[in-house]
Amino acid sequence: MGKLIGWIDDRFPLTKMWNEHLAEYYAPKNFNFWYFFGSLALMVLVIQIISGIFLTMHYKPDAGMAFASVEYIMRDVPYGWLIRYIHSTGATAFFVVVYLHMLRGLMYGSYKQPRELIWLFGMFIYLALMAEAFMGYLLPWGQMSYWGAQVIISLFSAIPVIGDDLTLWIRGDFVIGDATLNRFFALHVIALPFVLVFLVIAHIIALHEVGSNNPDGVEIKKMKDAKGIPLDGIPFHPYYSVKDIVGVVVFLFFFSVILFYFPDGGGYMLEHANFIASDPLKTPEHIAPVWYFTPFYAILRAVPDKLLGVGAMGAAIVLLFFMPWLDRCKVKSVRYRSGIYKANLTVFCISFVVLGWLAMQPVTETITFMSRLFSFFYFAFFAVLYITSKNESTKPVPDRVTS
Amino acid sequence: MSTNTVDAGRRRFLVTSTSVVAAVGAGFVAVPFLSSWMPSERAKNAGAPVEVDISKLEEGRLMIVEWQSKPVWIVKRTAKTLDDLKKNDSHLRDPASENTAQQPPYAQNHDRSIKPGILVLVGICTHLGCSPTFRPDIAPADLGADWLGGFFCPCHSSRFDLAGRVFQGVPAPTNLVVPPHKYLSDNVIRVGEDEGAA
Repeated sequence: MGKLIGWIDDRFPLTKMWNEHLAEYYAPKNFNFWYFFGSLALMVLVIQIISGIFLTMHYKPDAGMAFASVEYIMRDVPYGWLIRYIHSTGATAFFVVVYLHMLRGLMYGSYKQPRELIWLFGMFIYLALMAEAFMGYLLPWGQMSYWGAQVIISLFSAIPVIGDDLTLWIRGDFVIGDATLNRFFALHVIALPFVLVFLVIAHIIALHEVGSNNPDGVEIKKMKDAKGIPLDGIPFHPYYSVKDIVGVVVFLFFFSVILFYFPDGGGYMLEHANFIASDPLKTPEHIAPVWYFTPFYAILRAVPDKLLGVGAMGAAIVLLFFMPWLDRCKVKSVRYRSGIYKANLTVFCISFVVLGWLAMQPVTETITFMSRLFSFFYFAFFAVLYITSKNESTKPVPDRVTS
Repeated sequence: MSTNTVDAGRRRFLVTSTSVVAAVGAGFVAVPFLSSWMPSERAKNAGAPVEVDISKLEEGRLMIVEWQSKPVWIVKRTAKTLDDLKKNDSHLRDPASENTAQQPPYAQNHDRSIKPGILVLVGICTHLGCSPTFRPDIAPADLGADWLGGFFCPCHSSRFDLAGRVFQGVPAPTNLVVPPHKYLSDNVIRVGEDEGAA
């Protein structure tokens, strides 16, 4: 065995890579529960790729056959229902773990110097993931697939001058049709997964270059022992690889409950209207996106102007990219930051969840008013952060990680 | 002449010019790929006009026909409806249909139609492309006491009156589109073609 590895090591940096990224990658010893979500996101990506590959073996990307082929997968393909529900539940699971992973970053300042690029790669992963989920949702070719895509593609028509030609180019037809379905299939199964995998690799390489942050926001590389190993660091493998397996077991427990007992997530993961084949002549009475897009959709609905509404929706995402520069506080972790930041972040999280709920409600005056109010809170987070973080009254940060 | 010294300026020129030529080449190669996303010849030819017989359409009712895969509404309006249209004028973005992209010239009039009673519209909201619902009822609870009948988009609550004109304070920017159409006889409309293109 040793001889074989030696033979490989002479030709390929196998042991070197193993050590750099696992056995001798020193991670802070104080990781808590929030640090499960990165590795869980990676696992969900693998689940999606494998279940997706098997779905393409039975699915037909043709406007005349798509809806029936999904029903064929559900009814006639052996275990087809299981593979399809794994894929649809996986989409929800992906966003759950990614949102928690991003919240972790906001709490512990993981986007701050020297980890700005990790954050940017992560935001691009999030963007690619949204595109991937959106295009995947068109493929079953049900009513929500069709009208959801109609609305989202029409967002581009708000762009002055080129808007209408751009939407025509995206659709490949004057309405959403076979051309749109076919190209979304290609992007969903080939182009975007490549982009995602590439970005994930860049995300991890950047992380391993600068080292992981931790709940105390302390740089463990500042305190090293005689061998140059961080005093507060422990090798990722076996310590965190084993710890992450515990996270995986707990995650799979919840995943299975949803997969086997609530595969349509009460209409929020697979919307009821999507069990009806697409009809270009009739919009469903009540149209809302799948739950993971709803906060941004609520912002769109809150603005009574097409261009400004689309602009606000885009800004809600784009502003997150600038977190490393909007937050001017040197202290990373929320543990040692001011009450203002804690309150600000709390309001931001509440706004995000409430906006998500609001977008699922039929429009009334109260709902519109609340959407505007919470959209204001959402954007106020960034403004308040930029203004208050410069001279924030922080607590002293310890030299070493705590407990 | 020394053969060991590097002419840095010359090298920079060569590297830059090679890069520029390569970038231009890449740009040219991108054209066919990007163009392949435009509607195909088959898609362009699919939008043939459709003929509609409206003899069975009752007053105050709406019928839907498909043209270019889009819903086209035909509404037979009552005399009262036509009268009521004027009452909406002060609440509309474009009461006189001055945005000429939204209708052919022969429908650029107060009730946006060739024959006042018959309204022909593309049933796609000018906001984000949902198909609004036909709400001819007057002053229903959910739309308010001022509602004189019209179209309500369930997606983002844009409102239009019974001439397809958009109200102020809603996300849709423009009036609903009147497609090119002409009358072949009293009760037969050809949607997708008008006198000019005959």
